[in-house]
Amino acid sequence: MNLRRDVFQAIADPTRRAILVLVASQSMTAGAIASNFDTARPTVSKHVQILTACELLKQEQNGREIYYHLNPQKLKEIADFIEPFRKMWDDRFNKLESIMKNYKPDKE
Amino acid sequence: MELKTKIHAEDAKQELVITREFDLPLELLFKAYEEPEIVEQWMGTKVIKLENKKHGSWQFITTDPKGNEHGFNGTIHEFVPNQKITRTFEMENTPFPVQLEFLTFEKLTANTSKLTMHIVYKSVADRNQMLQMPFAQGLNMAHNRLESIVSKLK
Repeated sequence: MNLRRDVFQAIADPTRRAILVLVASQSMTAGAIASNFDTARPTVSKHVQILTACELLKQEQNGREIYYHLNPQKLKEIADFIEPFRKMWDDRFNKLESIMKNYKPDKE
Repeated sequence: MELKTKIHAEDAKQELVITREFDLPLELLFKAYEEPEIVEQWMGTKVIKLENKKHGSWQFITTDPKGNEHGFNGTIHEFVPNQKITRTFEMENTPFPVQLEFLTFEKLTANTSKLTMHIVYKSVADRNQMLQMPFAQGLNMAHNRLESIVSKLK
């Protein structure tokens, strides 16, 4: 069987999704990522390797350490990654609109 | 149906523009940003402080579903009723640097108005990380939902 190393394969695993959520807020070393999981370190390391192979994670050398961060370009392949951000604001503004439509000013 | 809220984020720029047209008179739209009780309702946050004036400051605290509190704060640089608010925005206890927000309020018709939020980040990377946050959370939730549906099928 042809083993596909694409973004969809990468996000099919819950640990790998958890890793993506972790590095979404800041870049981290493999050790720092592993310390967030109860799973054995080599297992987490394997997941990081797969995510890197799929280019969802990018490596950055900083002195002797290698940091991993999210690769937004690749995320675009899964979906338009801005859409959830837009949806978040759209929901907020819809709420604002419905609240203000029912707003009764004190004086009038 | 056309999207009411639009996001404009150019690839190599450290800024983004959010626009939204409201079925509300300009004065009511602005009031939703001015009155702490109303801000609390639509933002789903607790307003600790909201000084609507030049050199004023603001502070919100939001509680997430797990019960953790998240603080947000900033300084107000310009406050012109029914026209504009210029302010900074900072998420406390996160690696995200402070961001600068230019809010412009416009009258379209007697009963419609438009808000433009121009947000400037410290770097392109910071902007992209902010854009990714809801994506990463949504991805997690979507897959959790999928997993629970699939497990029921077994």
